[in-house]
Amino acid sequence: MIATQDEKSQELSSFMQKAKESDHPDSQLISILHKAQELYGYLDKAVMEKIAIEMNIPSAHIWGVATFYHFFHLTPRGKFAISVCLGTACYVKGAEDILKAIKDELKIDFGQTTPDGLFTLQETRCLGACGLAPVIMIGDKIYGELTPKKAVELLRSFYKK
Amino acid sequence: MSRYVITLCHGSSCMQKDSQKLRQAFEKELEKKKLSEKVKINLSGCLGMCSHGPIVIINPRYTVYGKVTENDIPELIESHIIKKEPFKRLAIEEDHLFNRFYRVFGDVKFFGKQMRIVLRNCGIIDPENMDDYLSVRGYEALAKVLTKMNPEDVIREVKKSGLRGRGGAGFPTGIKWELTAKENSDEKFVICNADEGDPGAFMDRSTIEGDPHTVIEGMIIGGYAVSSNKGVVYIRAEYPLAIKRLEKAIADARKEGFLGEHILGSNFSFDIEIRLGAGAFVCGEETALIHSIEGSRGMPRPRPPYPSVSGLFGKPTLINNVETWANIPVIILDGADWFSSIGIAKSKGTKVFALAGKIANTGLVEVPMGTTLRQIIYDIGGGIPNNKKFKAIQTGGPSGGCLPEKFLDTKIDYESLVAAGSIMGSGGMIVMDEDSCMVNIAKFFLEFTQNESCGKCTPCREGTKRMLEILTRITKGEGVDEDIVNLKRLGTMIKKASLCGLGQSAPNPVLSTINNFMEEYVEHIKEKKCRAGCCQGLFAYAITEKCIGCGVCKKVCPVAAITGEPRSKHKIDKNKCIKCGLCVKACKFEAIKKA
Repeated sequence: MIATQDEKSQELSSFMQKAKESDHPDSQLISILHKAQELYGYLDKAVMEKIAIEMNIPSAHIWGVATFYHFFHLTPRGKFAISVCLGTACYVKGAEDILKAIKDELKIDFGQTTPDGLFTLQETRCLGACGLAPVIMIGDKIYGELTPKKAVELLRSFYKK
Repeated sequence: MSRYVITLCHGSSCMQKDSQKLRQAFEKELEKKKLSEKVKINLSGCLGMCSHGPIVIINPRYTVYGKVTENDIPELIESHIIKKEPFKRLAIEEDHLFNRFYRVFGDVKFFGKQMRIVLRNCGIIDPENMDDYLSVRGYEALAKVLTKMNPEDVIREVKKSGLRGRGGAGFPTGIKWELTAKENSDEKFVICNADEGDPGAFMDRSTIEGDPHTVIEGMIIGGYAVSSNKGVVYIRAEYPLAIKRLEKAIADARKEGFLGEHILGSNFSFDIEIRLGAGAFVCGEETALIHSIEGSRGMPRPRPPYPSVSGLFGKPTLINNVETWANIPVIILDGADWFSSIGIAKSKGTKVFALAGKIANTGLVEVPMGTTLRQIIYDIGGGIPNNKKFKAIQTGGPSGGCLPEKFLDTKIDYESLVAAGSIMGSGGMIVMDEDSCMVNIAKFFLEFTQNESCGKCTPCREGTKRMLEILTRITKGEGVDEDIVNLKRLGTMIKKASLCGLGQSAPNPVLSTINNFMEEYVEHIKEKKCRAGCCQGLFAYAITEKCIGCGVCKKVCPVAAITGEPRSKHKIDKNKCIKCGLCVKACKFEAIKKA
């Protein structure tokens, strides 16, 4: 069952209520942002405003934190997030060629989402799967030992899903 | 009573290769063959043999099987368990580092060139089963500390062991503990730094995934030593499996009375909380990490005051890396004298390295301090694949340096690596062969640190940007003579003037490659040549003898740079070619190569 906006909002509120009861409520901000992103997929301005009011934290501070960390997204994401690993091992094993092939195929750049809302392209630092380099991550699954050709085939297999 | 034990590697790499499905398949097959009673299935943490995954080990016989698929299982069981013969097709017979250590584990302390202290239980026990940890003397060190030692004894023991911070800087752990213990405060904190951000490094993740209780036990002992009641593990959000296992381990430890009020009936209380990072490399720096736990932007601040005086929420804080914590239970159990007998000079114990790049055996290795780089690359790592020539080894991640062949006999310890022009770092070790361009590698690392620079201090924020601009120009073939001098000057300045470790070490990859591979920089600048064929703008495409003259490349070339008659070898006009690479992609015969 997909949660409605109201349910999401309620879940976030009760999460914040718990945070407020802890020793240092302000220090829970990052976990609250994690929770919000988990619920909504990204951090909307309205959501950050809600956190600011309920937690009594200046919205400028929240904005500052949300923009500082790579993990938080401020725009909606595609159905599948493609993370191209640009860690050292992958880089040495040809991640740049994989990236170029993906960019050519989807015609988008980093941080962009395809017009059909299917893919969002992002770069990531090491995923820790260096033994399988070069790797990309689609959703939460890692695909390793890629070649530019295999990468494009992989993307095409997602159109069907 | 089970007579056979099947161990399935449940590390991240193997799980990605569907090791999860294997378990079900094994269970189904065993049931079918009516062997369920006789065979026990164990899950283990990362075995460090990621390139052969998924890994399955069957005991007795200690046979390691690699690249196992669901379809192999009936045959595998038939052969190993019913006919009692190793299943040849999948058995890894080679003298692999893991193979060697597994056969003798438990009998002798040394297995080949490796020695496992931190990873002693990784791959041996089920990380999600607390009884497994207890069966390998888990929490015995904690019991010893609580019943037989006072906090001063613990600190004395850690000091005597010679253990130094494994996060990279190598500050003596015992002294850090002593400094924190000395402070008078109503509240103190103990932090485990699991924000492993170096590209190519994954030893902390594997330690937590493979043996979470060791880290917890280490932290409780640390808390007792400095009289703190609250621990925090700051871990990357990018490590979901490690987070899950750590959460379970903490809950289990709480249930059994190892965490919480009056631990094991003593007067000491301690609990641990997990805090997630959010993808900022600089948060590995201790003051930045503390700011991040406090819910702010993870920016460092000048030290002193050190966290031991004023850390989390302004209270004295003891902060150590995952690997450092994992060493603690061993030191307490087996004694500082034993621990300090391992290693050399001022570096004691072992160090875990994540071996990656152009090397035959990628994975985790743990070696005693004093092992040479050559032993790691050739004896343990199996050398460079495809008969390529070794060019450089990068240690210490983006803060470290690239060492050429002449440094291969350098002994691994904090001081020797610094003397050679690199650093120990947290343990990333990346091997490069002749196909890697050193200028490009330097640029890559600088791109990383530039991107991760938090922007607080000017030398790091602006300086790395200027250096990156120069490097980008060089790799495009637009380098000028003054570039090398400028890079050196900027680099030295950034190192001296930056606020935190990120900036102070960011120029290292550039400076070390200039020192050790000057000729490549000169070639790039003067001859506009990249010998490895990496830098676009500095190489040309050429068609080799493999060409059959099909004409596909000619058709796709957007600038009509390719000419040639059908069924005869084609040619690329280097002046017209814009190096878009379309022809390479189009060619079905792999006949177009960089030259």
